[in-house]
Amino acid sequence: MERLPILKIGQMLLVSIQVDLRDDMVVALQEDLADRIVETGARGVVIDITALDIVDSFTGRMLATMAALSRVLDADTVVVGMRPAVAITLVELGLSLDGIKTALDVERGMRLLSLAGGSAR
Amino acid sequence: MTSEPFGDLIDRCRAAEEDLVRRWRADVAASLRGRISEIELDKELREILDAVLSSMSAADGADTRSSAYGEVRALLVDLSRGRALQGFSPRETAISVFALKKAVRESVGVGPEFTAFSDVIDELGLFTFETYTKAREEVISNQAEQLLELATPVVKLWQGVVALPLVGTLDSARAQVVMEKLLQTLVDTGSEYAIIDITGVPAVDTQVAQHLLKTIVAARLMGAECIISGIRPQIAQTIVALGIEFGDIATKATLADALLLALGRIGVDVTAEMSKRGL
Repeated sequence: MERLPILKIGQMLLVSIQVDLRDDMVVALQEDLADRIVETGARGVVIDITALDIVDSFTGRMLATMAALSRVLDADTVVVGMRPAVAITLVELGLSLDGIKTALDVERGMRLLSLAGGSAR
Repeated sequence: MTSEPFGDLIDRCRAAEEDLVRRWRADVAASLRGRISEIELDKELREILDAVLSSMSAADGADTRSSAYGEVRALLVDLSRGRALQGFSPRETAISVFALKKAVRESVGVGPEFTAFSDVIDELGLFTFETYTKAREEVISNQAEQLLELATPVVKLWQGVVALPLVGTLDSARAQVVMEKLLQTLVDTGSEYAIIDITGVPAVDTQVAQHLLKTIVAARLMGAECIISGIRPQIAQTIVALGIEFGDIATKATLADALLLALGRIGVDVTAEMSKRGL
């Protein structure tokens, strides 16, 4: 089965979603992410969804679950690069993703994480 | 060579054409109150009269939808469209056709064939009215479209700060356009702060507030923060009375305050920026 790569950059993990998500890939990604956070001791996770142009409630919940998962493992999550159409759809679906940090692009997301992490350590 | 239903009415009309046109023009001119020049009107009515009479002699009956009446219909379409665009009332438009009946009655006289003639004029009058309404609807829908286009400028106030000055009532269709435009601009310019200025919004009800909140939540999902500014005292009263909660969304009284807040959060030193640009 196809798996999404999780890249380690410094103290952060970068998940870049470049393909259309299938439900089984999402489940695998959640497992992989949890494994990698424990393995690397990462303090932050950046999820890049720039290439994602279709979302449903499952994808929305997936983002929320991954954020919750990372928080339990003491890593902050930032979702970056959400497209306007995706944002509107999530709002219309009633998923406001409370408690998840967001940023316009990967660069800003990483800066946000390093700012938050810098004060904690 | 006159056709059956109208008898010799058409020939008599032709004979009395000058008098007929004069009476007709006088009636129409009285209702239009000088907003169209006599010469223009004279030309217009003569053309129509000529077309009506020749159509009637060519046609077998009073069916105005037949091809014999094509020329009349085309002329009437021009007339009613012109009237609609110039802002004449429906009455003023329809009278241009119906006054012909009175003119014929007075100058040619009423015979047994006048009923058939009258029916044709009634039909043509209704046709004029229909075209008039269509033209008016076109004008209205064009204006609505133009309004939607001009209504949503997103302006850049600073590197990373855009403003959306809202003017006019926000209905669902407009709110949708505004929302998409703002979010797209955030992506295009990479701005982290958006100021939504509602100084020009005459009234805020729960629906408008709902649209605003949705836009703000969507912007947050994309990683941008919105500030609402330009809340007038009465609007603030309404918002509180309606129980609308803006939660942790920053609200400011004026656009200037909102800009200051955004600059402060970005951490811009305005004086340093000015000296850097040599101002």
